[in-house]
Amino acid sequence: MIDKKIDLSNGFACPLPIMEYKNVLLAHGGGGKLSHQLIKNMFASQFKNELLEPLHDGAIFSINGTRFAFSTDSYVINPIFFPGGDIGTLAVNGTVNDLSMCGARPLYLSSAFIIEEGLPMEDLWRVVLSMEAATKAAGIQLVTGDTKVVDRGKGDKIFINTSGIGIIPDGIEISPQRAKLGDKIIVSGTIADHGIAIMSVREGLEFETQIESDCAPLNGLVGAMFAASQEIHVLRDPTRGGVATVLNEIAESANIGITILEDLIPVSEEVMGACEILGFDPLYVANEGKLLAFVAPTAADKVLAAMRAHPFGKNAVTIGEVVADHTGTVIMKTRIGGSRVVDMLSGEQLPRIC
Amino acid sequence: MKYIDEYRDATSAEKLINQIRSVVTHPWTIMEICGGQTHTIVKSGIDDLLPSDLTLVHGPGCPVCVTPLELIDKAVAIASRPDIIFTSFGDMLRVPGSEKDLLTVKAAGGDVRIVYSPLDALKLAQKNPEKKIVFFAVGFETTAPANAMSVWQAKQLGLKNFSILCSHVLVPPAMEAILSSPLNHVQGFLAAGHVCTVMGYEEYITLASKYHIPIVVTGFEPVDILQGILMTVKQLEEGHAEVENQYTRAVRREGNRSAQELMRKVFETTDRSWRGIGIIPKSGYRLRDEFAEFDAENVFDIAAIHTQESPLCIAGQVMQGFKKPHDCSAFGIQCTPEHPLGAPMVSSEGACAAYFHYGKMNYRK
Repeated sequence: MIDKKIDLSNGFACPLPIMEYKNVLLAHGGGGKLSHQLIKNMFASQFKNELLEPLHDGAIFSINGTRFAFSTDSYVINPIFFPGGDIGTLAVNGTVNDLSMCGARPLYLSSAFIIEEGLPMEDLWRVVLSMEAATKAAGIQLVTGDTKVVDRGKGDKIFINTSGIGIIPDGIEISPQRAKLGDKIIVSGTIADHGIAIMSVREGLEFETQIESDCAPLNGLVGAMFAASQEIHVLRDPTRGGVATVLNEIAESANIGITILEDLIPVSEEVMGACEILGFDPLYVANEGKLLAFVAPTAADKVLAAMRAHPFGKNAVTIGEVVADHTGTVIMKTRIGGSRVVDMLSGEQLPRIC
Repeated sequence: MKYIDEYRDATSAEKLINQIRSVVTHPWTIMEICGGQTHTIVKSGIDDLLPSDLTLVHGPGCPVCVTPLELIDKAVAIASRPDIIFTSFGDMLRVPGSEKDLLTVKAAGGDVRIVYSPLDALKLAQKNPEKKIVFFAVGFETTAPANAMSVWQAKQLGLKNFSILCSHVLVPPAMEAILSSPLNHVQGFLAAGHVCTVMGYEEYITLASKYHIPIVVTGFEPVDILQGILMTVKQLEEGHAEVENQYTRAVRREGNRSAQELMRKVFETTDRSWRGIGIIPKSGYRLRDEFAEFDAENVFDIAAIHTQESPLCIAGQVMQGFKKPHDCSAFGIQCTPEHPLGAPMVSSEGACAAYFHYGKMNYRK
C-alpha cells in the first residue's frame, strides 16, 4: 500500500506525504484528512498564490475597488434524483452557497455538463428544469455553459460543474482566520439530513418517514443575517465531512479552541434513528442547506433572531463557542457531562458490523 | 428517540456516577467485553467521570480486530479475482492485510461491495449468476444467526455461486482465556449485551463461579454502562460473583432459541485463531460438512496463504486488557487510522481507534 518512490522523470516533484498512496482512493475526495492532504500537498503547493492560499470556499479579489468572490464545484451524485432535490438543484445551490460563505451576493453562474451516452433525455430535461427553478429561487442567472458527452460506461449518468461569481458588499469581512475568542457558533438548523437522505435511497433503507435532503440556497439567509449585524466573522456550509470537519478546519486555520455541547446540536429524530442503525456520527454527515456562523457574542442574539425569522434558518441554534484553551482542537461536552475530542475523519464513514 | 434518549439522560447518568462514587472503597479493574461499549465509554467521556479507584480495561469484543491477518489476506486474494463480487460489512474494508486492505482492492478495480446483511449478498448471487459472490462472515454470536441464515437459504435455493469466508468467534472462550492468563488483572466483566440477546447468559454462570468473578450483561448507552458498572462494583464490594442482567429490555436468560437452533444446524464449534492473541480452543464456528460447498475456503484455492503478524502491534494485549492503547509505542506514531499496524486502529469498535479519535492521547481536562 505504501510506495515511497517518487517518479521524477518529468520533473514532477511532489512532497512525500501524498505520494504514500500509489493510487487515488475514494477517501481522497471524501472531505476528511486524506482530502486535505491532497489539496494541501498537491494542489495548493503547486498552484501557490495569495488568492488560493486561504483555501476558503472561493477566491476573493478586488477590481476597481469592488470585491468579488469566485468559486467552483463539481457535482457527482448517485442517485441523481433523491428526496428533496436532484443533481441540478445541488449544482446550483452548492455554488450559490460557496459564494454566500465568502460573504458575497451571488450574481452569475456557469455550468458544464459531462453526460454519459444513453442518459434518458427526459432525465436531462428534469435536471435542467430543476436547475432553472433553483437559479430563480436563488435570484441569480446561469450565463454560460458547456456540454460534453462521453461513451457509455465512461461516466455515471451526468456530472455537473458550476462556477459562480458574486460581489462582496462593503463592510463585510468573512474568513476562517477571523474567528475570535468568545465568538458564538451558530448552526442554521438540523444537521446530517442530506447525507442520510442520499444514503437511505442508495442503500434501499426504508424508514417510517422519508428523510429529505436539506438542499437549499443560503444567500437569502446570509443576507438577512448581515442585515441584522455585520459582526459575523466566519461562515461555512458543512457539506462533505459535515459539521465536525468544518469546525476542525476553522480551529486549525484560526488557531483557536472550539467547544461544542452535544446537547445543543440539532438532529432530527428520523436522521438520528438512521445514524443509530448505520453506526454513523451525524457530526460527520453532509449537509447541503445549512451553515455554521461564528458571531461576536454581543451580536449573537440579533443574528440568531434574524436567522430564525428566515425559512432556511428557523431551527437555528447556538451550539458552542470559541475558547482560549486547547487551540487547534474541537472538544465536545457530552450529554452526560464528560468531554471528548471531535476529530477529523481519516476516511469515509463505513457502516459497522453490529 | 424512545429507548435511546432515556439511556443518554444527564440526570440519570449523574445519579449513577454519584452512586458508584459512594459504593467504591477499593481499587477495582473491570473489563467491558464489547468494542461498542468501549466506544460509548470513550465517546461520552465516562472514564473521566468515574472515581480514580476504578479502572476500565477494554475487551476482545471487536469482531474486526480479532479476525486473523491471514484471513484478511485470503479475502484480499479472493476479492482481487475478476469473477468475484466480494461483499462485506463496511468496517472490514479498511482493515490492513499484510500488503493491502479491501479498499485498495476496490480502488484497483476489484468488485468489493458493502452490504448491511448477508441476505443482501444472497440477493446479489441470485441477480448475478455469472459471478461468484463471497460474503466475509466475521463477527461474534451477534452476526452468526444472519450468516447461518444466508447459508441455509443458499442451500434451499440451490445456489451454486454463493459462499462465505467464515471466521466466527465466541465470547465465553475468550473470557476464559483472559481469566486463565497469569497476566490477568480483570476483576469483573461487563458482558456484551448484543451477544447475550442471541445466546442468553446461562453459559456465563459456570464462568462466574469457576473464577469467582461478577459478570453483568450490559447494554450500550451511557446509562446502561454506568448501571452495569454500578452493579459490578456492588458485587465486588460485597464479595459476590454472580451473573446479573442490566440489559433486561433486550436480553432473556435463555436468549433467542430459534436463532441458536439455526446456528447449531449450520455451524459447529472449532478452534479459532484470534488476531494478536493466538489460537483459543473451541472459540469459534465453522460450517458443518453438509454445507462445505458454501465455504469459500473450500471453493477457492487459498489454503497456501499463511501470514505472520507485525511484531510491533500489541493489539492482542490491548484486547485482553493487559495493556491500554496508549501503552503502545507505535500508537499515533507508526500506527494511525491512515496507516494502521493493527485492526483496533481502524475498526469502528476498536479500542485504539476510540482512543485516537476521541483524543485520549493529547487532551486531558
